[in-house]
Amino acid sequence: MAVIDKGGQYPPPVIIGEHDHGSVTDKITHAVFGRTPKWWFGVMAVAFSIVMMMLVSISWLLAKGVGVWGLNVPVAWGFAIINFVWWIGIGHAGTLISAILLLFRQDWRTSINRFAEAMTLFAVACAGLFPLLHLGRPWLFFWLFPYPNTMSVWPQFRSPLIWDVFAVSTYGTVSLIFWYVGLVPDLATMRDRARAKFARRIYGILSLGWRGSARHWQNYESVYLLLAGLATPLVLSVHTVVSFDFAVSQVPGWHTTIFPPYFVAGAIYSGFAMVLTLVIPIRALFKLHDFITERHLQAMGKVMLATGLIVGYGYMVELFTTWYSGNEFEWFMSANRATGPYWPQWWMLIACNLVLVQLLWFKKLRSSPVLLFIVSIIVNIGMWLERYVIVVTSLHRDYLPSSWDMYAGTFWDWSLFIGTIGFFLALMFLFIRLLPMISMFEVRSLVPGRKVQEPPTFQEEVAHE
Amino acid sequence: MDRFKILKSDEGEACGPGCGCSSGEPVAPEIPAEDREPSGAPALSLDAVREKLEGARGRRYWKSLQELAETPGFREMLEREFPQGATEWLAAEDGGVSRRRFLQLSSASMALAGLTACTRQPLEQIVPYVKQPEQIVPGRPQFYATSFSMGGYAQGVLAESHEGRPTKIEGNPDHPANPGGGTDLFAQASVLQLYDPDRSTTLTYLDQIRTWTDFKRELAPQIQAWRSIQGEGLRILTPTVTSPTLAAQREALLKDLPKARWHQYEPVGREEVRAGAERAFGEPVEVRYELAGADVIVALDSDFLTQGPGSVRHAHQWAERRRAGAGAASATGDADGADPQAMNRLYVLESTPTNTGASADHRLALAPSKIAGFALALAAELGVGGADASGIDFGEQADEANRWVKAVADDLRSRNGRCVVIPGDSAPAAVHVLAHAINQALGAAGSTVVYTETVAAAPVDQVQSLRELVDDMKSGAVDALFIFGANPVFDAPVDLDFANAMGGAKLRVHLGLYKDETAAYCQWHLPMAHYLESWTDARSQDGTASVVQPLIDPLYKGHTPHDLVALLAARNNVTAYQLVREHWQSHLGGDFERAWRRVLHDGVIPNTAFEPKSVTAGGVAQAAAEVTELVAGPSDEAGMELSLRPDPTLWDGSLANNAWLQELPKPATRTAWDNAVLMSPATGRKMKVYEIKPELVHERPMVRVTVDDQSVEMPVWVVPGHADDCVTVHFGFGRQRAGKVGNGVGFDVYPLRTTDGMWTNRAQIERIRRTYPMATTQDHHSMEGRNLVRTGTVAAYEADPEMIHAMDHESDEVSFYPGFEYDGYAWGLAVDLNACTGCNACVIACQAENNIPVVGKEQVIKGREMHWIRIDRYFEGPTEDVITGYYHQPVMCQQCEQAPCEPVCPVGATVHSSEGLNDMVYNRCVGTRYCSNNCPYKVRRFNFLKYTDHTIEVEKMVRNPDVTVRMRGVMEKCTYCVQRISHARIDAKVAGERGRGDGKIHDGDVRTACQQACPSHALIFGDINDPTSEVARRKAEPLNYSLLGELGTRPRTTYLAKLRNPNPQLEPAQQTGGTEHGSH
Repeated sequence: MAVIDKGGQYPPPVIIGEHDHGSVTDKITHAVFGRTPKWWFGVMAVAFSIVMMMLVSISWLLAKGVGVWGLNVPVAWGFAIINFVWWIGIGHAGTLISAILLLFRQDWRTSINRFAEAMTLFAVACAGLFPLLHLGRPWLFFWLFPYPNTMSVWPQFRSPLIWDVFAVSTYGTVSLIFWYVGLVPDLATMRDRARAKFARRIYGILSLGWRGSARHWQNYESVYLLLAGLATPLVLSVHTVVSFDFAVSQVPGWHTTIFPPYFVAGAIYSGFAMVLTLVIPIRALFKLHDFITERHLQAMGKVMLATGLIVGYGYMVELFTTWYSGNEFEWFMSANRATGPYWPQWWMLIACNLVLVQLLWFKKLRSSPVLLFIVSIIVNIGMWLERYVIVVTSLHRDYLPSSWDMYAGTFWDWSLFIGTIGFFLALMFLFIRLLPMISMFEVRSLVPGRKVQEPPTFQEEVAHE
Repeated sequence: MDRFKILKSDEGEACGPGCGCSSGEPVAPEIPAEDREPSGAPALSLDAVREKLEGARGRRYWKSLQELAETPGFREMLEREFPQGATEWLAAEDGGVSRRRFLQLSSASMALAGLTACTRQPLEQIVPYVKQPEQIVPGRPQFYATSFSMGGYAQGVLAESHEGRPTKIEGNPDHPANPGGGTDLFAQASVLQLYDPDRSTTLTYLDQIRTWTDFKRELAPQIQAWRSIQGEGLRILTPTVTSPTLAAQREALLKDLPKARWHQYEPVGREEVRAGAERAFGEPVEVRYELAGADVIVALDSDFLTQGPGSVRHAHQWAERRRAGAGAASATGDADGADPQAMNRLYVLESTPTNTGASADHRLALAPSKIAGFALALAAELGVGGADASGIDFGEQADEANRWVKAVADDLRSRNGRCVVIPGDSAPAAVHVLAHAINQALGAAGSTVVYTETVAAAPVDQVQSLRELVDDMKSGAVDALFIFGANPVFDAPVDLDFANAMGGAKLRVHLGLYKDETAAYCQWHLPMAHYLESWTDARSQDGTASVVQPLIDPLYKGHTPHDLVALLAARNNVTAYQLVREHWQSHLGGDFERAWRRVLHDGVIPNTAFEPKSVTAGGVAQAAAEVTELVAGPSDEAGMELSLRPDPTLWDGSLANNAWLQELPKPATRTAWDNAVLMSPATGRKMKVYEIKPELVHERPMVRVTVDDQSVEMPVWVVPGHADDCVTVHFGFGRQRAGKVGNGVGFDVYPLRTTDGMWTNRAQIERIRRTYPMATTQDHHSMEGRNLVRTGTVAAYEADPEMIHAMDHESDEVSFYPGFEYDGYAWGLAVDLNACTGCNACVIACQAENNIPVVGKEQVIKGREMHWIRIDRYFEGPTEDVITGYYHQPVMCQQCEQAPCEPVCPVGATVHSSEGLNDMVYNRCVGTRYCSNNCPYKVRRFNFLKYTDHTIEVEKMVRNPDVTVRMRGVMEKCTYCVQRISHARIDAKVAGERGRGDGKIHDGDVRTACQQACPSHALIFGDINDPTSEVARRKAEPLNYSLLGELGTRPRTTYLAKLRNPNPQLEPAQQTGGTEHGSH
C-alpha cells in the first residue's frame, strides 16, 4: 500500500540523487581508488591490535589447553559454543539478503547484498575458529571429516556435531562462491579502472576474463540464479543443524523441538542487526546515502521486527512447553533461568530481544539511523546473551544437584571473543578498501533511465493520438 | 649388555680404571673410615685439584684427572653437594678468575661431571633374567600380604606389585581386621606416600649430607658411654608402640639401660579410652566391639564406622545387619525374637556430622558436653548404680534429649545383651566409664563388647609422658633425644612448647619419612623406610599379629625404628628382618621356615589374637560427678565449645603431603584442600558469618578463634546437622614442612590444642572482615525434591515391598527397535545405600587403580575434580536447621544401556561393548565434551589441562600399567575396571585351556577396585546375565531402582534404596518412606 508521506514518497526510493551509470561507478570505486581516509588507519590500527590479542589468546590456549577458559563439569561448553552460534547466526543475513531476496525480486537488496555477503563470509570465518579451538585436542580436528583412512574409522554420523561440520563447511563454501560469482562483473570494472599495474593484474586475474559480452551476462545470470537457489535452503538448514547440537541432547533447556525455527529466526534477527551495525556508520563515512537509503534501513528494521517477534514467540513457547510438560527438570530449568543465579542475563536478554525491539513498530524510529544503530547493537548483545543463557544456564543446573556448579568466562574467554570481533572488523575494513562494497552493476540497473525505452506499441500510439 | 658397557663405550676416555666401570664391581670401593671424617675438612679441596691440574696439558691433563680420581679425598669431595671452596672461586687472588682459568676449570668440571655420574651410578642390570624368578610373568601383577598401621592398629593388606613396584593396596580378607577384604581410605592412599617425591632422601647432619656409616661412627662412643651409665640422659620418643618386635626391643633396651626413658605420643591418641578403661576396670584393657550380635547400637560422639581402630571391621559387621532387602524382619519385632539377620538400629549422638551420623537411624546433634550428660542420664535411666543424673540440664534441647534418654533406654533394655553403647575416642574418660557400666549392666560385656589386654605394648598416659619429656629437656636432663616417626614440633599440645624445649636436649636425632617440622629442630635426620619398604610386624585390635614385609627395596636407603633401637642396644649389623624373624621364632616353633613362609603368605600369624578378659566395671559415682560438672560447664564468657578432631582425610597431619587425601572431599562438607570452622546454620546466622551468594560460593567469611593466648584466623563452613552453639575444627592442616603438596595448605589448629583440652576446649570466636576461597566439590545440599536417594522405613517396606517404586516416573520401556542381545556376560553393579557409610575408601581405591590425576585446589574451585567415583551428599529436613537425615550416594559411570553420551560423540570415542560397558576410547577422543553435557549423571571427567605429571620419575612408579595415562584434552570416566575384567577373562581362558575350569568368568572372579576397597560391601559387581550371581540377586530385590530412571537411559548401575529402622517411640509409625525425600 503506497502511502504518500509528508516527507515524500512511500516506500522511499532505493536510490536517490541524480545518478547515471558513470556516477554510480565513480562513487563506488572511489572508496577503493580514492585516498585512504585518515579514519581508516585509526580503525584498522584498533582492529589489528585486537587481532594480535586474538593470536596471543589462541597461542596460550593451544599451549595450555581449554582449561584456560572457565569451563568445568557440568558446564563443559562455554564461550566457544556461544560465540560459534552467535557468529554463525550473524552470517545468516548475507545469504538471506542475496539469495532469498533475489528470488523474491526485492530490488532494495542490491545496495547491500555485496556488503552483507562479505559480512557473512567473515562471520563464518570467525565462527569456524571456535569449534576448532574448542576441541580438547584441536590438532585432531580432521577426525570429524569422513576421509578414507588406514584404520577404516569413520566419524559417528549420529552426532549433531558431524552434521555441523557438513552444514557449516557447505555454507561457507557456497557463500564464498556465491559472493565471488557476484563480484566478477565488478572486478572487471575495477580492472578497467585501476591505474596501478599490480592492481590491474590482480583484478584482472580475479575477473576471470570478463568482457561483459551478452554471452557472459547470460551465463552469469543463470549461474547466479542457480546459486541463489542452492544457497536458499542453506539459510534455513545451517542454523537448524546448529540448533540440533542442543535439541538432540537430553539436557533440560536444550531438548526442545522449537529450537530449529527459533534458531533460524534468531540468526536472521542477529544477522540483520549486524548488517545495520556496520552499514549505518559506513554509509555515513563514505557518504553512501544515495545508494543506501532510508528504504534500506526501513526494510531491514522491518525484517528485524518480524524475526524478533518470532524469537519472542519462541521464548514463550519454550516457557509454555516446560509448564505444559509437567516435567520437573524442565520446570526447574525455566524457573532457574528467571530467578536463579543467572537471572540478570536472562532478564537482560528479554529486555534486549523482546522489549526494546518493539520500538521498531514506529516508522519514525525505524527511519532514524542513530536509533536503528543503537537498537541493532542492543539486539547483537541480546542475541549473544540468548546463547549464553541457553548454553550456561541449562548446563549449570541439570539433573543431579550434587554436580551443580557456576560458570564464568575468564580473561582468555573474553580475549578470544573480543579478538574475533577485531578480526571480523579488520577483514571488513580491508574488504571495503580492496573491493567494491556495493554491487556496481546491479545498482547501475536501478538508476533512472536504466531501461531502454521500448518503442510504444501500436495501441498506445493510437491511444496517444 | 649391561648399562656399564654402554657407558664405557661412550665415555671410555673419561672413565679410568679407578672408576670401576670396566670391572663391573660395586662402584665405590669402601673407603677406610679414617679417610672420611664426617665433620672434618675433606682431604682434598678444589684448590688442591686446581693445583694438581696446574700445568697439565693435553693427554697429560686427562691422565692426571684419572690419577686424581683414584684418591679417596677426591671421592669425598665428589660426594659432597657443594664442594668446599666453591665460594673462593669468586675471590681469586688477582681480582677474579681469568678467562684461561675459567676455561680450564669448566672443562675440568665437564670431565668431573662424567666421573661423578660414573662413580655414583648404582649397579643396574638391564639384561633380561638369566634365571627367571619364580612366578614373575611380565604384565601379571603379584600380590603380597603385609600390614598397614594407623595409630598403631594394623589392617591386613595385599599389596599389588607390578614387576617389583607396589601400585595398589587391597584388603586381606584373611585378616580379622579386614573381614570381606575392605580397607579404610588411609590404607588405600598409603601407596602414594611411598613414591612421594618430597620424602626425605638423604641422611643429613645439620643439613649436610652424611652416610649411615658416618652416623653409626658418630654415635658409637655415645652408645658405649650409655652402657656404663645405664642410659642416663637417653630419651626415645615414638608413636604408640604396638609392634611386638619393637616392643620386645624396647623392653630389652630398657632392661639394659634402665635409666633411659621411652616416651610415646600419638596426636590422635586414645588417651581417654585408656584412662576410661583403667578407671572403670582398674587396669588398662582394650575394649573391642563385636557388632555382629548388636541389635541396638548407641554411638556417643563416636565415628566408629569410619575412624579409629576396628573401623573397617565395625563397618563390615554393622552393614551385615543392614541388608534388609532380602526380606528380613526389623529388629523392632518381638523382644526376644533374636533374629540374627534382623536389621540393627543405630542411634548416633554427635556434635559434628560424621559418616556414622549419616548411617544412623536416629541422630541427635548435641554439643560434646551434652553428649557426656546424655551418657550419664542414660546410665541413670538404666539404673546403673551410682549414676545420678539429677544435675544434668540439656538446656534448650531438654525436651528432645529427655525423650531420647527414655526411648533409647527402653530400646536397650529390650535387647538385653544384644546391644552396645560406643563412646568416641574423643569423649572424656568419664563417659567411657559410664559406657562401660552401661554395657555391663545391659549384659553386653562378653557378647558385643570384648575386653582383652591392650594392643599398645606399654600403655601410658601419653600426654603425661610427653610432659615429662619436656620437663626433662628443660631441666637439662636429656643428653640425647631420638624421635622415631613422630612430629611433636608440629602436633604436640601447644602449652608444652615442645619446639623450644627441644633445645635442652643436647643431641637430637629424627627418623622420619619427611624432613618435617621436627627434623628442622634436630641435628641428625635419618630417612625412614616406608612400611612397603620395611620389615616389621603389627597388631590389629583383636591382638592378631601380622608381619609387615617389604615390597620394594628402600628407595632412599631408609631405616626402620628397629635398626635404630638395635643400634642403641649396641647390636650392630642386625637387620630388621632378622629381628622380626628372631622374635617370632619361638612363637611359631616347630618347622620355623615352613611356618614363616605360611605367615608371609597369609599375612597373619596364627593364634595371636588376645583372649577375652573378664573384668568388672566401677568408678561410676566419680564419673557422674565429673560429667555433672562438665555439663554445667564454665560460664558463657569462657567461650564457645570447640571440638578438635583429626581431619577425616589428613588424620593428624602426617598425611598432609598425600595429594589423594588432600583432594578427597571430606564427608558432610565435601570440601577439599582446606579446613574450616564448622558450625550449624543457626550459629552461623547468629555470628553473621552465613551469607553465601551462589556466584561467590567459594568465598567464605573468616573468624578468629582464640584459645588462651593463641589464636587462629580461618574460614567458616556452615554445615547443616552440626550442633548449635559449638564449633568443630579439624587438625592436620597448616603444615610448614610437609612437602610441596601439603605446605601451607589450610590452617594449623594445633595451637588451639592444650594438654587439658585435647579434644574439646573453650574458644572465643569473632568475625573478621576477610574472606577466604574454599574448594568444594558439592555446594548444593538439597535434592530439590528429586528421587535421587530413595529412603523408607523397614516397617513401611514390610507393609509394601514395592514402595520404592511408587516414587518412579518410569513408564514401561517403549522402543521401535529390539534391544541388544547380550549372550555372553552383561556386567552390572548394585550400590547398596543401606550399607554405604560414605567412608571414601572407594574413591581413593579408584584413584589408585585408574591412574586418576590430582588437580589441585584452584581446579577444584573451578569444578574440575577428576574422581571417577564420587560420593554425593544430600541433607534432608524441613529446614536447614532441622536435619532429619543426610545421605551418601556413590555415583560413578552408570553404564547406561541407552547411553546419552554415545550418539553425540562425533568421532565414536565412547561406544558400547558387547558386554554392556560404555567404553571410553581415549586414543580416539578429540575432546568436544558433548558427552559430558549429555550425561545426566555428570560422571564424565575432562582433562582440561595437563593434569598428569610426566616429569617426576618416582611418581610414575605408582601408576597402574594396565590403565592408560590420559593426556590433556581427553574425556575419561569409570569403566567398571575393564582392565580387571580383561585379566579375569584371560585367566579363565588359560585355566580352561589347561583343563582347570570351564573357561568362563565366575561370580566373584572380577572385583572392581571400589568394590574391593569397600569395608561394608556396599558395592556388588558381577554378571547380571547369570541369575545366580550376587549382583543379579541383589538387583532383583524390590529395593532396586535406577537413578533418574525416567530418562530411559537404563543404567547398568542401580541403587538399593536406603531403609531406616526407626524407633516408634521417637518417630510415630505413620510416617512411611514414600514421601521422605523432602528437602529444605
